[in-house]
Amino acid sequence: MKALSLQMPWLPQRSRQQTGLKRWYFSTWLVAALVALPVLSVFYLALFPAENIWQHLASTVLPHYVSTTLLLLVGTGLLSALLGISSAALVSLCNFPGRRYFEWALLLPFAVPAYLIAYIYTDLLEFSGPVQGMLRELFGWQTLRDYWFPDIRTLGGAILMLSLVLYPYIYLLARASFLEQSNSLRDASRMLGCSAWQSFFRVSLPIARPAIAVGLSLVCMETLNDFGTVDFFAVKSLSAGIYDTWLNMNNLGGAAQIASMMMVFVVMLITLERIGRSRQKQFHGSDRFQALDTLELTGWQRWAAFATCAIPVTLGFVLPVAILAGYALDNLDQLWEQNFLSHALHSFTLSVTAAVATIVIALLLAYSKRLHKQRSLQNAVNLSSLGYAMPGAVLAIGVMIPLAAFDNGLDAWMSSTFGISTGLLLSGSTFAIVFAYSVRFLAVSTGAVDSSLSKITPSMDMASRSLGYTPLQTLFKVHLPLIRGGILTAALVVFVDCMKELPATLILRPFNYDTLATFVYQYASDEMLEECSLAALLIILVGIVPVIFLSRTITATRGQRKATH
Amino acid sequence: MSKISRILSSTLLASVIAAPALQASAAEVNIYSYRQQFLIQPLLEAFTEETGIKANIVFSKKGLLERLKVEGKNSPADVLLTADIGPLHDAVEKGLLQTLNSDLVNQNVPAKFRDPQDHWAGLTTRSRIIYASKDRVKPGEITTYEDLADPKWKGRICNRSGKHTYNLSLIGAMLEEHGEAETKTWLEGFKNNLARKPQGNDRTQVKAVKEGVCDIALGNSYYFGKMITNDKKPEQKAWAQSVNLIFPNQDDRGAHMNISGAGITKYAPHRSEAQQLIEFLTTEKAQRIYAEANSEFPVKEGTPWSPVLKKYMNEFKQDSVNLQRIAAQRANAAKLVDQVGYDN
Repeated sequence: MKALSLQMPWLPQRSRQQTGLKRWYFSTWLVAALVALPVLSVFYLALFPAENIWQHLASTVLPHYVSTTLLLLVGTGLLSALLGISSAALVSLCNFPGRRYFEWALLLPFAVPAYLIAYIYTDLLEFSGPVQGMLRELFGWQTLRDYWFPDIRTLGGAILMLSLVLYPYIYLLARASFLEQSNSLRDASRMLGCSAWQSFFRVSLPIARPAIAVGLSLVCMETLNDFGTVDFFAVKSLSAGIYDTWLNMNNLGGAAQIASMMMVFVVMLITLERIGRSRQKQFHGSDRFQALDTLELTGWQRWAAFATCAIPVTLGFVLPVAILAGYALDNLDQLWEQNFLSHALHSFTLSVTAAVATIVIALLLAYSKRLHKQRSLQNAVNLSSLGYAMPGAVLAIGVMIPLAAFDNGLDAWMSSTFGISTGLLLSGSTFAIVFAYSVRFLAVSTGAVDSSLSKITPSMDMASRSLGYTPLQTLFKVHLPLIRGGILTAALVVFVDCMKELPATLILRPFNYDTLATFVYQYASDEMLEECSLAALLIILVGIVPVIFLSRTITATRGQRKATH
Repeated sequence: MSKISRILSSTLLASVIAAPALQASAAEVNIYSYRQQFLIQPLLEAFTEETGIKANIVFSKKGLLERLKVEGKNSPADVLLTADIGPLHDAVEKGLLQTLNSDLVNQNVPAKFRDPQDHWAGLTTRSRIIYASKDRVKPGEITTYEDLADPKWKGRICNRSGKHTYNLSLIGAMLEEHGEAETKTWLEGFKNNLARKPQGNDRTQVKAVKEGVCDIALGNSYYFGKMITNDKKPEQKAWAQSVNLIFPNQDDRGAHMNISGAGITKYAPHRSEAQQLIEFLTTEKAQRIYAEANSEFPVKEGTPWSPVLKKYMNEFKQDSVNLQRIAAQRANAAKLVDQVGYDN
């Protein structure tokens, strides 16, 4: 075991310290294993299916699922990166009209669930929607045979919808990275003869590469497990294939096999991210609190920059929210008649609990990894992150299996020993939902906590430890205060994700229990969005609060800006 | 210890142990439902009003069978409520339902809409029918499901996903009637006639007919009632008015039928309340609420149809094959859909 103390030979080797470290090591593995249980349950289902239809799938639909998924990933990845990087670069490195508003507004689409935006745009762009209606009126067309209009329910439509709500991941991380960069590097490149443009591509962008890689992998994972949008648009991705095999072929084993195969994509993504981050060790530069130099844009450039930032905000947030608000105004009576407030309260408590839980677990994992620079702990962290890419409903089945086994085991034991039946303690309770959320979104908080921790130079640990603090004391007195911002960010992202989560909540919830998302789904899935517009709007509005916090935290990492020409 | 105190203490002990159990079973029934809550809420309210039994519900369109299975004998669920024969059949195969043993249900529900082994019963029925454009399809031009594969309809038909449970049951019925080879040829022909990749729900298909994307759509019968009476979205009335309803195969086996139905779970903690609920749902009072709210056909013979159904759908010939046999073909139907690449 190569513990931190071994890298610091000047420290006295104390056995108590060794036991302390061991405790960290084992509790880390224990927690990682617990979190991995649902995913492992799905693997188990895949290995021992009731009826093996893999052969049938492989010879008929699977190649189509795989190619569609690849196209969806590449398309969404590219478009999100384009939207995210260009806007992040503009608001961080340049100055133009509206920049201060775009800084936070560009994050807003993050609060909009992908399935909602898909419903809204279909309403807007379909034949009977207002856009085509207006065109027909204008040109006197009658039916679809008279003209051509792009169909929103296609692969391209799905890529557009997903990119519009997922690009903020890349924007967020790219912007944080641009803000952390030192002026001196760019100054140096400018002095060596680079234009502002060249300097961006040869210095700023490469330095931001690791952050962009993380954002991109988050986008891809979200894309992989999206079901609402692809289902609605009839795009046969792997995720749609999983549901199809499970529900329509009544073959959970086959579905678990596809889900496991999807993990191959995830491992590929994680590897890509690793490669993207490799050989990049950055600690905060000394000029972090000095204002970042910005480039004052002039003439047409100002308006091009404005448009580049305005388009994603308008399409991803302003327009859909305006449409929803219109529906909601017509249906304000919903507020009173449908237990609306109790749904909102459920959503809120579940999401807060899950956010706190994932942060505590993420801290344990990331800090333990820092204590023991060991390969096996990296594996533990990777294992615990797998849940992120598993479709929610499949994960819900994976959550049910160990929980129900525990409940039934406990019940049998209590009955035989004490004659008391404990029934189902955990499954069918809100615990099951919080557990599912934690498994699903742990990767988000671990990533954020890990990257914040990695920016603290190890000399801090060494100083604290050599002055006599235990690892735990060091965490609380040194690290936590330093990474407070990162933790808040992670907690808020998880909170918003949980507010939007649908499939696992639907399957695992107790009797007579609704969250805003399940309530919305009930109507929206039947194409009756108006009936639930108020709840849908509230999901988005609640999501905005953390978005504003996020933006402030990031902006605060840098001192007052000054403009240069 | 005296006899009296022994009796007293054992009674006390028994009541302490039994108290939570008794409390749990006090006039409640727990439902796992594949049907949306807002559709069945009025029925449950009527049930509670009549019997004093409180109905609790979890609604999800997926995963409830799996939940029932892993929960095992400790599952709190009493009743499984579905929008289609599919999940009921799967539940029987997984051993999750017990027999109903209800004379009232047997009396109210015709045998073809009940499980021969008495594990489930239909509560409402619907037919999968052809919606044909009034402008572009002449009366009598299409009369059977078999006609859907006729090359003259090339590029003129809309349908939702071939793997959707309603279509699987229809293909299952074709398998039951024609056997595998013939059904596969039919399904290939049908696929070649599609105007676009299968998408959306049944309502979306009728809308597509109105918009000129296609001339013929397949859909469940109650969608028509939902559209023609839709005051909140009057444009849907126009969709419904643009089509003729064709109940297929009236000259031979009759139109394909499906049910929404229910069964009692194997380990139902409230067995008697569960039975009361299902029996209530088959009574004329409940049947009328059902049929009017969702434009479905009452399963109990003699129940008056809603005015909408009476106005637009005359009595028609129903396929008399037992639904259980169609359900048993669903897995094969799904494989056929993959083989011909119906959804791609």
